[in-house]
Amino acid sequence: MKTNGPFALAFHTLFVIFMLAPIVVVCWVAFTPEGFLSIPITHFSLRWFKALAGYPEFMHAFGISLWLGVLSSFVSLLFAVPAALAISRYRFRGRDALSALFLSPLMIPHVVLGIAFLRFFTWIGIGGTFSALVLAHVIVVFPFALRLTLAAATGMDRSVEMAAISLGADGWTMFRRVTLPSILPGVISGWMLAFIQSFDDLTMTVFLAAPGTETLPVRMFLYIQDNIDPLVTSVSASVIAITMTVLILLDRFYGLDRVLTAKGGDAGR
Amino acid sequence: MSAAITAESSAAGETRAGLALALPALMLFTGIVVIPLVMTVMLSFHDWGQYKGIEPVFILKNWREIVDDPYYAEMFWRTFRVAAFATLITAVFGVPEAYILNRMGRPWKGLFLLLILGPLLISVVARTLGWALLFGGNNGLANKLLMSSGLIASPVRFMFTETGMVIALAHAMMPFMVLAVWTALQRLDPQIENAAVSLGAGALTVVRRIILPQIMPGVLSGAVIVFSLSASAFATPAIIGGRRLKVAATLAYDEFLNTLNWPLGAAVAVLLLVALVLIVVGSNTLIERRYAEAFR
Repeated sequence: MKTNGPFALAFHTLFVIFMLAPIVVVCWVAFTPEGFLSIPITHFSLRWFKALAGYPEFMHAFGISLWLGVLSSFVSLLFAVPAALAISRYRFRGRDALSALFLSPLMIPHVVLGIAFLRFFTWIGIGGTFSALVLAHVIVVFPFALRLTLAAATGMDRSVEMAAISLGADGWTMFRRVTLPSILPGVISGWMLAFIQSFDDLTMTVFLAAPGTETLPVRMFLYIQDNIDPLVTSVSASVIAITMTVLILLDRFYGLDRVLTAKGGDAGR
Repeated sequence: MSAAITAESSAAGETRAGLALALPALMLFTGIVVIPLVMTVMLSFHDWGQYKGIEPVFILKNWREIVDDPYYAEMFWRTFRVAAFATLITAVFGVPEAYILNRMGRPWKGLFLLLILGPLLISVVARTLGWALLFGGNNGLANKLLMSSGLIASPVRFMFTETGMVIALAHAMMPFMVLAVWTALQRLDPQIENAAVSLGAGALTVVRRIILPQIMPGVLSGAVIVFSLSASAFATPAIIGGRRLKVAATLAYDEFLNTLNWPLGAAVAVLLLVALVLIVVGSNTLIERRYAEAFR
């Protein structure tokens, strides 16, 4: 009863091929030795990965993306950790409205956010700067940072905190020595997930990035709009490799299924 | 709440402590989300001219243009049509896949779940580039495969068509559907299925009469997510649809960064936001009313 028949397994195989096909094709084509796109490729070559060094605009954009991801997910957590503690511990009026507000970047289309940020940052005079990008990314990755911190804070055993207080620890000592260490796995995975979201964002960032502050996805997008060649496939393959590395770390560290189901669970509401 | 912090467990104390902790984030969101959104709504009522730029007045010019010019109606209709087809495809293929996944054994279940959900976190530009490579031209890989398998007789145009947009969007959104259905399947009581079998129900009857009705709320909320994300998607329509086949997100982008008519772009974006909020809130209310017991 509980086993899949041959028809089900055939369907499953085709489904998995469909899901992986575009990703595999990009990585495959990236190793072409030719100067043009050809599928299938004749033999493997690192030509286009080596050629990347000669395109400073991609290397610069990569640097911007990396810094942006690290900074914005870190700043986001500075705000998300106290907010998660507030939401998980205290029953107060407006608590549901508050968490709805904090999760709203998941619901508002990123085009709308991009436009709103562009308007706002231009108005206060920081349009096109790196600081504007950081602020915008802090907001966009906030729900992910909050979600995982919230899950950790809700599952935490509060009696250890009580013990610390009864032994004479003040609020800050308790947070630093007891609360933070016990929610740390959730915080760090929240940081990683937030980093991936920032590193991959195109729709919102494409409105804010100016020449000089273009992130890697924006640079790739603008490049693809003009022409698709082996160079951009090798950039994509590198991006896929970086994301996979973070995903494997996240899986080892916390369990990717927990990360993904927590994410899907809240998107459903 | 334990007796150790009695001082704080009073309602007023809880409110104060909770708000104090959430205050920095609340201020951040008020400053950088609420205010810019309000400004964007106001922007959609401003005037704009080729030479005078944006004029901060209150007029309905942009809204009237969107209502009167059939170009915008066609564009919004395309946006929602493409999103609806993408949602349909994710449901038709994602629901059985989640069911099959759920019936798999220990190592395989986790592995394939990761393989199917993983693409969610991989750069959308890279994924869409993959589809552009597969679709490319009449002798692209997708056409070669479909023709050699006998599914189609002549090459199908995928690039710069709605067909291609729907397929690439369905691929991008599939993880959300599988996830929603998979979560619903976790809540099923296997004993109900066993009871149906012991009473003589065949495999199809079990799926149709036992499984589907119970996971329907999951399928529907998955569909709501997929639809709203598809309707506001940018990268896929921009790369696969090209410069002429516009949807709401790509049109707003054009108005902002090419034409520089910000007020009109803002009006398109605000309309998209309002339409999506109405659709999402409306269908969620309907789903919750229809399946009240599933949400208890």
